[in-house]
Amino acid sequence: MTTSELTAPQVRKEPRRSRRVMGAGKQMHAGPVTYVVLTVFALISLAPLVWTAIAASRNNERLAQSPPPLWFGANLFKNLQAAWDQAGLGTAMVNSTIVAGTITIGTVVFSTLAGFAFAKLRFRFSSTLLLLTIGTMMIPPQLAVVPLYLWMSDLGWSNQLQTVILPTLVSAFGTFFMRQYLVQALPTELIEAARVDGASSLRVVWHVVFPAARPAMAVLGLLTFVFAWNDFLWPIIALNQQNPTVQVALNSLGTGYVPDQAVIMAGALLGTLPLLLAFILFGKQIVGGIMQGAIKG
Amino acid sequence: MSSSKQALAHPATSADAAPGTPPGAARGAHGRGTPPGPESWRSRLYRWDMKASPYAFIAPFFVIFGAFGLVPLLYTAWYSLHNVQLSGLDHQTWAGLDNYKNLLSSEFFWNALENTFTIGVISTVPQLLMAIGIAHLLNYRLRGSTLWRVVMLTPYATSVAAATLVFTLLYSWDGGMVNWLLHFVGIDPINWRESDWGGQFAVSSIVIWRWTGYNALIYLAAMQAIPSDLYESAAIDGAGRWQQFRHVTIPMLRPTILFTIVVSTIGATQLFGEPLLFGGVSGSKGGSAHQYQTLGLYMYDQGWGIGNLGKASAIAWTMFLILLIVAAVNLLITRRLRKSQ
Repeated sequence: MTTSELTAPQVRKEPRRSRRVMGAGKQMHAGPVTYVVLTVFALISLAPLVWTAIAASRNNERLAQSPPPLWFGANLFKNLQAAWDQAGLGTAMVNSTIVAGTITIGTVVFSTLAGFAFAKLRFRFSSTLLLLTIGTMMIPPQLAVVPLYLWMSDLGWSNQLQTVILPTLVSAFGTFFMRQYLVQALPTELIEAARVDGASSLRVVWHVVFPAARPAMAVLGLLTFVFAWNDFLWPIIALNQQNPTVQVALNSLGTGYVPDQAVIMAGALLGTLPLLLAFILFGKQIVGGIMQGAIKG
Repeated sequence: MSSSKQALAHPATSADAAPGTPPGAARGAHGRGTPPGPESWRSRLYRWDMKASPYAFIAPFFVIFGAFGLVPLLYTAWYSLHNVQLSGLDHQTWAGLDNYKNLLSSEFFWNALENTFTIGVISTVPQLLMAIGIAHLLNYRLRGSTLWRVVMLTPYATSVAAATLVFTLLYSWDGGMVNWLLHFVGIDPINWRESDWGGQFAVSSIVIWRWTGYNALIYLAAMQAIPSDLYESAAIDGAGRWQQFRHVTIPMLRPTILFTIVVSTIGATQLFGEPLLFGGVSGSKGGSAHQYQTLGLYMYDQGWGIGNLGKASAIAWTMFLILLIVAAVNLLITRRLRKSQ
């Protein structure tokens, strides 16, 4: 439901018309060849994940033999337990939930505020500042990590979660995403009506903007959570195995922290599971969000 | 006195506590619950609120981005002109352009640049071509169209680290799935991790696996925005499916294709996690002979492997300059395309 609400007003200039026209004639029914080819690609997409679970249910010796196992063994829970305890995935899952959760809330709230300002409020330099915001998306994260690392050492913050939360608490993409949505979805008359009633800006945000933005906020939240859960470069510099996020723990596994391949696969499975769950529950919304984010310019 | 206090209090709340502050905080603004002040006072407050609130709303983004993005960017430039060692962070000495000179005369830098380019090309080109193909198929009227889309996007849920750990095992020399499958077509086991092109191919395949579905959805979104009259008139002119695809779909997708090329190029320039974890113990070297060490990895190795943060900063800025050049070239191409239309 949310997606359909979202797609309708979003897509640039004449969304209604193009939608109807498309539905009217263009889309041809898929032939059997289409289904076959798509099935092949679907298998390629899913097979590595299924095989991760198969490998996680075996043991190290078996994984070094050819042919590789093609069906499940009996060690899944033993390996998951080992990954949870020895490889620190347990702590890591808790930490990643805190980190990704905080970043998601921060990004969604700040992006909605800034997106609203850029979409509906008139102020000096607004278009320049919007361009600047979009331009920041080009800066690679490598450009910040050396100073961040030095400051963190000065503050004695190494291995503390706020070092990986603070730098990613806002998002240029999110700001732009919310702006694009609110330009269409938030009627200016609604804001004016609230203004006439004497509502302050904060009141307008709380009672008018947030309710109107809710579907897009949900989608941005999902996309941000996926991004934050999978973020790699800065976390592996700022944190270590003492207090890891999931990606830091997986990095330790990859560089030989636990030399058992089956446990490594169990770790990879465990670390991916929350996002796979999110995809099963909200796949439609995530797909919709990516497809709308795509239509920019 | 009390009203002047409120005048100070309100701007502060709108600036600091903007996110999610309950409506109660805003109540003072239009005077409900407080002794009614003179009318001019209230309207002055209202005008002030109108003027200041846009800046308050965009402030969190710019403050946080400034503190953790822009200022570090400038500091990185500063450090790139200094000798900064991980072992003695307090002893930073001016080095001028030494780090850059050092970089340009290092064979490993050129090796990393070449690897970044090669891996970038062999991961981006097939990925985008396949993505266009998949998008075209997804654009047909399908049974369970949402399910197909979600399935194609599933690899995107897998993190770089998890995906690379799995692919490393799939590509392992002795018991790996890939070598086992290749033996059916008579190919001897390949030592993917140690070989030159093999490692680059394997690393690229991880990138391709993770991103093809994502790009397919982006193309699909663009394809759905193509007005159907274009297809209809092409059909009237006698164009078949393939000709419609070539002469209607591809030209209409041109801006999107350019956009995905830019995004993929940015991604390829920063490529880091895949070669790091694929290399295992010699990961930060990008394989035992640096055969898949990318620029991002080279920076990490110089900074946190060897401990030369000054040189790592120089590498980071070099990467940024390369990206700016790529962006400029892209802008030129876009302009030219627009002119020719």
